[in-house]
Amino acid sequence: MKYRKLQLFTVYFPLLLTVACLAAACDRPQRILPVLGEKDILDGDTIFHRIGEFSLLNQDSQLVDNRTFEGHVYVADFFFISCPTICPKTTKQMLRIHDAFLDEPRVLLLAHTVDPKRDTVEALRRYARNLGVHSDKWHFVTGDKMDLYGMADDYFSVAMESPDAPGGFDHSGRLILVDEYRRVRSFCDGTDPEDVDRFIADIQDLLREK
Amino acid sequence: MWTGSSLTFKTCFVKNRQPNELLRRLCGFLAVVLPMVTMPACHDTAYNQGKILYENFCANCHMDDGTGLPGIIPPLMGSDYLSEQQPALPCLIRNGIEGLMVVNGRSYQTAMPGIPQLTEFEITNVINYVNTAWGNAIPPVRHPDVREQLENCP
Repeated sequence: MKYRKLQLFTVYFPLLLTVACLAAACDRPQRILPVLGEKDILDGDTIFHRIGEFSLLNQDSQLVDNRTFEGHVYVADFFFISCPTICPKTTKQMLRIHDAFLDEPRVLLLAHTVDPKRDTVEALRRYARNLGVHSDKWHFVTGDKMDLYGMADDYFSVAMESPDAPGGFDHSGRLILVDEYRRVRSFCDGTDPEDVDRFIADIQDLLREK
Repeated sequence: MWTGSSLTFKTCFVKNRQPNELLRRLCGFLAVVLPMVTMPACHDTAYNQGKILYENFCANCHMDDGTGLPGIIPPLMGSDYLSEQQPALPCLIRNGIEGLMVVNGRSYQTAMPGIPQLTEFEITNVINYVNTAWGNAIPPVRHPDVREQLENCP
């Protein structure tokens, strides 16, 4: 009897504790990504930074605007086809994200050209076709130059014409994650594959929200 | 490398004020052989200048791992074009190339700008780096051949 009691404490109790700890570890609370950007308080409500209204044309001459992304999360970046510096690397990382979420219809990609003069709809169509991607997943958009550069601000990115920059344009290689309420939730350096690993995990976390 | 050598030196000559003959010989042997064995480990690749040039001039498009961007920029890792077009490479690097190119069965049409500022030696080194990087096993090119090819660019 005494032995049984001892056994209860030395064997069963630690075993139970281990199982409980493991279960708690599996059931850890879900990580909620922060909402990025400046916040305003209006009548006691917090107003978050949101992506403004836009209206652009994609590689298939389709209109792409905020409604295109309703009910989706999307990854945005800025690039240009003849870019001699960071664009191929960021596009390669965008392609990784494209492949990782190919079967996840809630994730879309949006690549803005900063060189609308040369990157016409036709040029973007050829680029997307060569890359082997389609407009139901990945929009390559062009539009009015100043509209495009204005959009970059909303995405905390830089896009401007600059004669001193290689290829004639200055732009950041950031990839930006936008949720279905047009709020920026994460970003990464599109030239750094390890940072993009973390970013892909962020997208998965965002999809698990709600 | 130096840690190994200095350790040997200390063990042999500092700690043992009067080393016997056998120990002295062993130490002498180690002091010579150890650096010879460990020296090559200082260089992780056989073509260091080629690697630096590649990173500065080529890696933006062809990527650090030579995989390129599918359909836009051809790969250099495991590329049939690279192994089959060796004599054309020096002029291609110096002057660039345009038009359709098929690499590993996929078509590429993006124009590649040339790098006119590279010397014959630098072009030789960058080709030899690419020929041997990422599992590529293409025999090295020689500088006199590269010079001759550059003199006869189309």
